[in-house]
Amino acid sequence: MDLKCRGAEFNIDVAIVGAGHAGCEAALACSRLGLETVVFTVSVDSIALMPCNPNIGGSSKGHLVRELDALGGEMGKNIDKTFIQSKMLNTSKGPAVHSLRAQADKRDYSGTMRKVLESQEHLTIKQAEVCELLWEEIPSDERNGSYEKYVTGVKTQTGTVYHAKAVVLCTGVYLNSRCLTGESITYTGPNGLQAATHLSDSLRNAGVELRRFKTGTPARMDGKTIDYSKMEEQKGDERIVPFSFSTDPESIQKEQVSCWLTHTNKNTHDIIRANLDRSPIYAGVIEGTGPRYCPSIEDKVVKFSEKESHQVFIEPEGLYTDEVYVDGMSSSLPEDVQLAMYRTVPGLENCKIVRNAYAIEYDCINAKSLYPHLEFKKIKGLFAGGQFNGSSGYEEAAAQGFVAGVNAAMEILGKEFLVLKRSESYIGVLIDDLVTKDNREPYRMMTSRAEYRLLLRQDNADLRLRKYGHQVGLVSDEVFNRLIEKHHRIVEEIDRLKSIMLGASSDVCSYLESLGSSPLGTATSLAQLLCRPELDYEKLAPLDPDRKPLPADVIEQVQIEIRYEGYIKRQEKQVREQERLEVKQIPENIDYDDVPSLRIEARQKLKEFRPVSVGQASRISGVSPADISVLLVYLEKMNRIK
Amino acid sequence: MSDLSSTTIAAISTAMSESGIGIIRVSGPDSVSICSEILCDTKGNAVLDKMEAGNFRYCFVKDEEEIIDECIALLYRAPHSYTGEDTVELQCHGGIFLLKKVLDLVISKGAVIAAPGEFTKRAFLNGKMDLAQAEGVMDVISSRSESALRASRDQMSGRVSSVIKGLRAKILYETAYIESAIDDPEHYDLDGYDVHVTEVVKGLKSDIDRLIDSYNSGRFVREGINTCIAGRPNSGKSSLLNLLTGQDRAIVSDIPGTTRDTIEEYVRFDDILLKLTDTAGIRNTDDPIESIGTKKALDAASGADLVLFMIDASEYLETDDMEIFSSVYEKKTIILLNKADKTLKIRPHDIYEHFRYSADEELKNMTQEEFLEKYPCVIISASGGQGLDDLKRVIKKLFYSGVVQSSSDVVITGLRHKELLVKADESLSNVIECIESGMETDIYTVDLMDAYRSLGLIIGEEVGDDLADEIFSKFCMGK
Repeated sequence: MDLKCRGAEFNIDVAIVGAGHAGCEAALACSRLGLETVVFTVSVDSIALMPCNPNIGGSSKGHLVRELDALGGEMGKNIDKTFIQSKMLNTSKGPAVHSLRAQADKRDYSGTMRKVLESQEHLTIKQAEVCELLWEEIPSDERNGSYEKYVTGVKTQTGTVYHAKAVVLCTGVYLNSRCLTGESITYTGPNGLQAATHLSDSLRNAGVELRRFKTGTPARMDGKTIDYSKMEEQKGDERIVPFSFSTDPESIQKEQVSCWLTHTNKNTHDIIRANLDRSPIYAGVIEGTGPRYCPSIEDKVVKFSEKESHQVFIEPEGLYTDEVYVDGMSSSLPEDVQLAMYRTVPGLENCKIVRNAYAIEYDCINAKSLYPHLEFKKIKGLFAGGQFNGSSGYEEAAAQGFVAGVNAAMEILGKEFLVLKRSESYIGVLIDDLVTKDNREPYRMMTSRAEYRLLLRQDNADLRLRKYGHQVGLVSDEVFNRLIEKHHRIVEEIDRLKSIMLGASSDVCSYLESLGSSPLGTATSLAQLLCRPELDYEKLAPLDPDRKPLPADVIEQVQIEIRYEGYIKRQEKQVREQERLEVKQIPENIDYDDVPSLRIEARQKLKEFRPVSVGQASRISGVSPADISVLLVYLEKMNRIK
Repeated sequence: MSDLSSTTIAAISTAMSESGIGIIRVSGPDSVSICSEILCDTKGNAVLDKMEAGNFRYCFVKDEEEIIDECIALLYRAPHSYTGEDTVELQCHGGIFLLKKVLDLVISKGAVIAAPGEFTKRAFLNGKMDLAQAEGVMDVISSRSESALRASRDQMSGRVSSVIKGLRAKILYETAYIESAIDDPEHYDLDGYDVHVTEVVKGLKSDIDRLIDSYNSGRFVREGINTCIAGRPNSGKSSLLNLLTGQDRAIVSDIPGTTRDTIEEYVRFDDILLKLTDTAGIRNTDDPIESIGTKKALDAASGADLVLFMIDASEYLETDDMEIFSSVYEKKTIILLNKADKTLKIRPHDIYEHFRYSADEELKNMTQEEFLEKYPCVIISASGGQGLDDLKRVIKKLFYSGVVQSSSDVVITGLRHKELLVKADESLSNVIECIESGMETDIYTVDLMDAYRSLGLIIGEEVGDDLADEIFSKFCMGK
């Protein structure tokens, strides 16, 4: 594409394309590591925009935010500064699935993040549409591994060239996006923002394969037109738990706003059914693939026709506005149908819609073209994160943006890439799933996707991941040393509780009985008592006079580690077994046609995904255990020839 | 040294025939401790711990207190063994059922059934084979996996696989519900769900227990010598089947072409299990229904280890008989001259004279003795029962001499299926234990999915994205 204009030229280290949740984390990671970074956005007013739901976290997504925080990311800190309601979900379930979710003041969230970017050294914010990716071909005799090209920078619509050592694509849902409300189609990004219409072609020219995904959002309403007396109030937790391990819990206890629960009914569903032909999805106008886990209200009514009612949550968009978000009723029906349908819901009879619900289609990639460190396999220096990789959700985006940014920096600095394992983080699961599976819809994190989830709790994200943040240089020595100390305290206290034995004295037994716990038969350790569901660390205090005061987070770990020890040990054993395959690297230049005895399907899949390790290969559907055995023998053979 | 083998594997490493000795090989880090548990001397004392590497000794295999076989145990210590790992070899008495019992015992003590080609793979990865053998090793792995897979598919009856599919569907549904409640706690709640899951899991466990029982009684896996009864229509095939099985299994009539489908039955002569297939009479026919049956019959004959070729000896030989012979002569074939209760118009000599010209060159030049050695002729009356003992004797002789073998894949497949059923059962026991000890609902979904995975392996199905698919299709999620 020749834009026929000659602009300025700059030399920088990293160009970040997009300043959404992925772009912000990527930009902060690179600049904090001392690299000259420019983050491009079509509008500086849309930095860290929350164009869909007004909350951060939730089941498994809360885990991602905590992990990101442990690694040195910003999202957790930012929501701690800007939340207006907070809730720990699943508290009646096991600790592995406890999950934090906070309602954000959208404008505050976005503005506060912008301020963080603005005050960051080595980081420049630039409002400009990146139209062209600049790259050079690597001569075939100089190629090493899978790279065929290397990136040299980006060009903006004004013709200005930024020569960069690495580029991180975080284009979210902006590439060639179009929004649909019934018959009305606008070629914009979310919220009527300018779409990026040039970059897709440039990426295709560079050999990047694009596909079309779709997602949607419900209407925003004027809160003054809603009758909350017909709804059920949903309050925040009394005691607020912060997302960030660095946030002092005392500093964030504050007054919270409420959300409200109401329901759809038969009238709602009748209206939807009668107007399905006017829905762009059911009329076949939309070609992108939408997510099944986030169905529009039309989808819910059609696919779950036996359900007479669906829940609807009314959530405030912020303190700065009366606008509210209608969670549970995303739609792409025409405006008149939307209004009629919303008005059948109790409390919404007289509602006024501020912004219509819409579906949005956009270009994204199939992340199998990326390495687990989120660099394109064929283009050196080109990284990608966020919804562009085929995921969905702010938290999934931020986590990938961080990893892509860190690894762009690692490549420039000549350091080892940050690749988190499935066994140590949800982020590892997220990225491994994206690059290893044939995802056919926007990918959402779920706790059920993490096979070792008992190990991957939100409460121990710091213990799992701080070391990596420290290793790459985004967690200070001071913070890291504090974690080491915390770890020692946990281990010591567990040992102590296991070593202190209580005899079956009448004092002990009567105390236990007073707590509804059975008396002791034989000598029992404090640790064993802690395993009883009706007891906890606090309740054991009278039986444990020698204990020293410990911080709450240490006590929490001690309780969980002891109580779930059997299950945790079992998962750790499985991890060790799988680890044997994970550490077996597959050389980048392996020629699968040279591996005899592979089944055809396996050979095709291995060529298509080009896994980096035998562990990754073993997760590709269509590759059998026998194929893995064959591969192991082949790798051993190549190894011996060397 | 490879660090890939944390498991201890076991397999029967001799052919599955009634040879004098059968060898079970156990390899891996726990091979010695596993075998220690089942080996003892005449006084019932452990023997393996006193043995030195490279030695062998005479001892007994015991299952708890019961002695099930005598054997020679050989002890190899890493790296001085075929696989390069600690290995114990048990040379037991030959005989499939005994060997299977010993292997089953080893598995119950913690070994796992070796994957196809796994001994060879370990030997290579542990540096016990040279580079030139690498291709051969890969070939062994893939070809054995293929045949094991085929065996697994062939041996699984439709009923068993549909039972397993049903069990898996239930597990998946319950897990998906729990996971939906975790992912979307505002839409689904788990109050009282433990009680419900306990009920469901107990039901699943009793179904699995039944499958394990049916395995033990041999009904689960269809092992045995694949035996096909072939012959012209109305030559008495169905009567033979009924004679062997002792029941009116197939419809018997005088109208040619009555048996239109293949019928399978199992017959045991002492240690030998025959998997019998009665085929539609093989002949050229214009009747469309019957021609389907005829095609199946030819298929059955081509997959057979042993063919019982029925000839109506009360009639003269027909060209159809020659044609059938020409399509089965490469199989181990016993020729049955049926209807001994009537006047025999065909004698073994006639068979020799006519049949040796209807196949290849080699047969033409055989003497009658050689021919009848290769194709034994037995005169019987399928409807009256005469000659049955002769037939049994001939079959046993072929089997014990190793001429006819049942496929080893089949026996191993059976054991592997049982191993997986037991594993699934254990996972479900964990669920109940977890609930009883007051653990939260989400803790045991791991065990539920383990059970799902184990059952899936029996019928060759992976887990993949099943759970996510189930969540999205059965439960309405999200905003």
